[in-house]
Amino acid sequence: MRLTLRVWRQTGPGEPGAMTEYQVSGIVPEMSFLEMLDVLNEELILRGEDPVAFDHDCREGICGACGMVINGQAHGPERTTTCQLHMREFGDGDTIDVEPWRAAAFPVVKDLVVDRSAFDRIIGAGGYITAPTGSAPDAHAVPVPKEAAETAFENAECIGCGACVAACPNGSAMLFTSAKVVHLNTLPQGAPERESRVLGMVGAMDAEGFGGCTNAGECATACPKGIPLPSIAAMNREYLRAARRAPR
Amino acid sequence: MKHRTAHTPSRTAPQTAARTAPRTPRYSVGSPIADTKAPDGPVERRWDQRRFEARLVNPANRRKHTVIVVGTGLAGASAGATLAEQGYRVTQFCYQDSPRRAHSIAAQGGINAAKNYRNDGDSVRRLFYDTVKGGDFRARESNVHRLAEISVEIIDQCVAQGVPFAREYGGLLDTRSFGGVQVSRTFYARGQTGQQLLLGAYQALSRQIAAGAVEMHARTEMLDLVVADGRARGIVARDLVTGRISTHLADAVVLATGGYGNVFHLSTNAKNSNATAVWRAHRRGAYFANPCFTQIHPTCIPRSGDHQSKLTLMSESLRNDGRIWVPKARGDTRPPERIPEDERDYYLERIYPSFGNLVPRDIASRAAKNVCDAGQGVGPGGQGVYLDFADAVARMGREAVEAKYGNLFEMYERITAEDPYRAPMRIYPAIHYTMGGLWVDYDLQTTVPGLFAIGEANFSDHGANRLGASALMQGLADGYFVLPATLNDYLARAPHQPVADDHPAVAEAVAGTEDRLNLLLAVGGDRTPDSFHRELGALLWDECGMSRTEAGLRKALERIPELREEFWRRVRVPGGGAQLNQSLEKANRIADHLELAELMCLDALHREESCGGHFREESRTEDGEARRDDDRFQYVAAWEFTGPASAPVLHREQLAFDHVHPTQRSYA
Ligand SMILES: Cc1cc2nc3c(=O)[nH]c(=O)nc-3n(C[C@H](O)[C@H](O)[C@H](O)COP(=O)(O)OP(=O)(O)OC[C@H]3O[C@@H](n4cnc5c(N)ncnc54)[C@H](O)[C@@H]3O)c2cc1C
Ligand code: FES
Repeated sequence: MRLTLRVWRQTGPGEPGAMTEYQVSGIVPEMSFLEMLDVLNEELILRGEDPVAFDHDCREGICGACGMVINGQAHGPERTTTCQLHMREFGDGDTIDVEPWRAAAFPVVKDLVVDRSAFDRIIGAGGYITAPTGSAPDAHAVPVPKEAAETAFENAECIGCGACVAACPNGSAMLFTSAKVVHLNTLPQGAPERESRVLGMVGAMDAEGFGGCTNAGECATACPKGIPLPSIAAMNREYLRAARRAPR
Repeated sequence: MKHRTAHTPSRTAPQTAARTAPRTPRYSVGSPIADTKAPDGPVERRWDQRRFEARLVNPANRRKHTVIVVGTGLAGASAGATLAEQGYRVTQFCYQDSPRRAHSIAAQGGINAAKNYRNDGDSVRRLFYDTVKGGDFRARESNVHRLAEISVEIIDQCVAQGVPFAREYGGLLDTRSFGGVQVSRTFYARGQTGQQLLLGAYQALSRQIAAGAVEMHARTEMLDLVVADGRARGIVARDLVTGRISTHLADAVVLATGGYGNVFHLSTNAKNSNATAVWRAHRRGAYFANPCFTQIHPTCIPRSGDHQSKLTLMSESLRNDGRIWVPKARGDTRPPERIPEDERDYYLERIYPSFGNLVPRDIASRAAKNVCDAGQGVGPGGQGVYLDFADAVARMGREAVEAKYGNLFEMYERITAEDPYRAPMRIYPAIHYTMGGLWVDYDLQTTVPGLFAIGEANFSDHGANRLGASALMQGLADGYFVLPATLNDYLARAPHQPVADDHPAVAEAVAGTEDRLNLLLAVGGDRTPDSFHRELGALLWDECGMSRTEAGLRKALERIPELREEFWRRVRVPGGGAQLNQSLEKANRIADHLELAELMCLDALHREESCGGHFREESRTEDGEARRDDDRFQYVAAWEFTGPASAPVLHREQLAFDHVHPTQRSYA
């Protein structure tokens, strides 16, 4: 396949950027999208040009490092991560637009690389269970109903890629934050910190400059892991409950 | 180091060796080493004894100690969080944009623990036994026993953190079986166990970061170790966004930087996994143990072409319910569903009736290679075997299969565009894990005082072959439980005069790092860094992969220095150093791979026996199985670096087996 790529190039944070056009050939359907970019980058290196910077690591859809807006969609046309998108989804002669996540809370670092450290700070604000090493009771001391375990798991699957934020017209991080709140608040082990967790995480989310939720639902559509949209409503309930109880 | 004797690797054929070996001896032999920290006495009491003997740092004084932890995988994240909980000041690093993305996140199948919740005869003793045997009698008994003891606490710890392990209807934890064992002791979270365990550790770490107890440097890569006055006292690191080189000083340095499987270019490891941290530490004095002990995983998706950038694992847990087969006839190109039952060779079940599809990884991998070499392989180039779920679907129903393996099937379909519910998967072995690593004593301390290595970065517990679901166990055992106890002892004993920023060792390490990066940028050649990585990987896969020969290893040992020379003459790294420059990062890592690869081949050449993942064609039994040579090789090979142009020194650590008697492994 031969393709025309229009790729966002930006040399550094706060620098101006622009879409730049490249031709790539020799692309086969079995290649992943990132392997296609590898081909482009090797050509650029040999031409003495700066290769396109992008984040990636596992290339298995689990680390959450990769992420680009492809033809206007977060992670492209398939509901998966960019690294698991394969070129068989495209046709010979296609023109493909490749851009970074765009969100106020995710400043561009270079080209397709953005700064998602806000996510780490949201987790630090309560996205954990306080259980210092050595303090744990036997694992079977507290049985967890299978249903609760599955709800927790479903939400714990979030890979923190940021597609939800990129897809949201408001740049909101509600799906990401709610996934962790629901994961931990569903488990008996998470109950003691149930309120401080949701208050802390939502507070951090707002402080990081993510937008509000207007129920557009784009986040869940873009999520490669299928984090359920109702988690947002569940988090809102947790928040209201906690806010009511919090000492004023 | 006192008793060095020049040594050519082959004792059996000295004449040939003299003719083909280069003029300088490839290595010399130094004084043997002993793991001096493991107490004597009954193996089940040693860890308790060591902890009792270990000195403690007064909690009030812990704030005065800074510990550097490089890495945020299972080992690093659990260590960083735990040390901070204890009151130490931790400075931590990873090259990903977030600690949560460390390679551990990709582990699929599960984590072992001797809980015996199933009452199926499991025990600490049995896990100990299985691991020593699985490792083909090349691991230390004391370490392995400790690991088995701690396994039980790990599960408790993770459950308390909210790790959503699979559960049964009664709300209790579910387990599955893994290769090389006959009990069901593997705890799992669907096919994403590594992710869930890592998120648990990452969340504990995040709590400490938010509390100000851990200073986290993401997107920052360690490029050298600072050894001042004989002790590890810090690191030189590069901020990957700005390119700034900085030094960080501390009272001790912990490397939790993962394995070096990516030396092979194509492996199941994350793309950026690399050996720089351990290799730089090796060059600064840390011995490198058993570099040739690499693990090839039997069930990976075969490569689809030259563009392939990495290989994807299909979890070993699939071998619980999937059956492996090839057509009996060579070159049979019929689609699998058209090949009748009696024309299929379920070769693992045939050759190893008692373990069947669940033989250990090295055995399953070699068996796959053998049938493919014999012309029975399937798929493009005949480099594949079938992993078939038809029986499982018939027996358990599609829904049950989906509940257990859904995400793996999905991943397979995504990559190959084939539906494994309808047609069998095609799989082939791939590089997966490295048992070798920095030599550590029982305290997980390297030969550089104050430098510790944990997780896959060390060599300690798996001998010549790791059992499935045991890496996660080891990483968390090291990070949550072992290191925090032994590091206490080191810090309590060692006097730590602060190291000044202008200490000559600091200046030297910084200058060396800057020079090297500038050199890479200055070559301006005509080959991409990746092209060298591919070439090195192909060479290693052929000569130091699933089976190894003296001739092949000698060939690789000739070729690697040439390739290295060519690299430094022809590589092209565009851009500058003071910016995000992924080509520079890559080139720098490949430069280290080109050095480590040589040591791997040398180690493989010197070890004239077959054991675990190391299969020397010259050393096999009549029926083609690996033949160990305990008389000559029942030791850990710990290599000392002596300079870029001089031969390394081999230090042997003899292994004693007082509790598990070495036998030829049999899984028949
Ligand atoms: C696909 C796959 C599936 C697996 N499944 C299983 C399984 O089911 N069960 C099991 O037990 N094992 C499994 N394993 C093995 C297991 O995942 C690894 O051995 C283990 O996770 C390694 O953990 P670690 O903490 O030692 O290192 P890693 O997780 O590799 O982490 C290394 C860390 O070090 C950092 N780092 C490295 N070098 C530098 C540097 N120079 N500067 C700064 N930071 C650096 C990285 O950023 C990273 O944070 C699997 C492995 C693979 C590849
Ligand atoms: S590279 Fe890890 S999810 Fe894509």
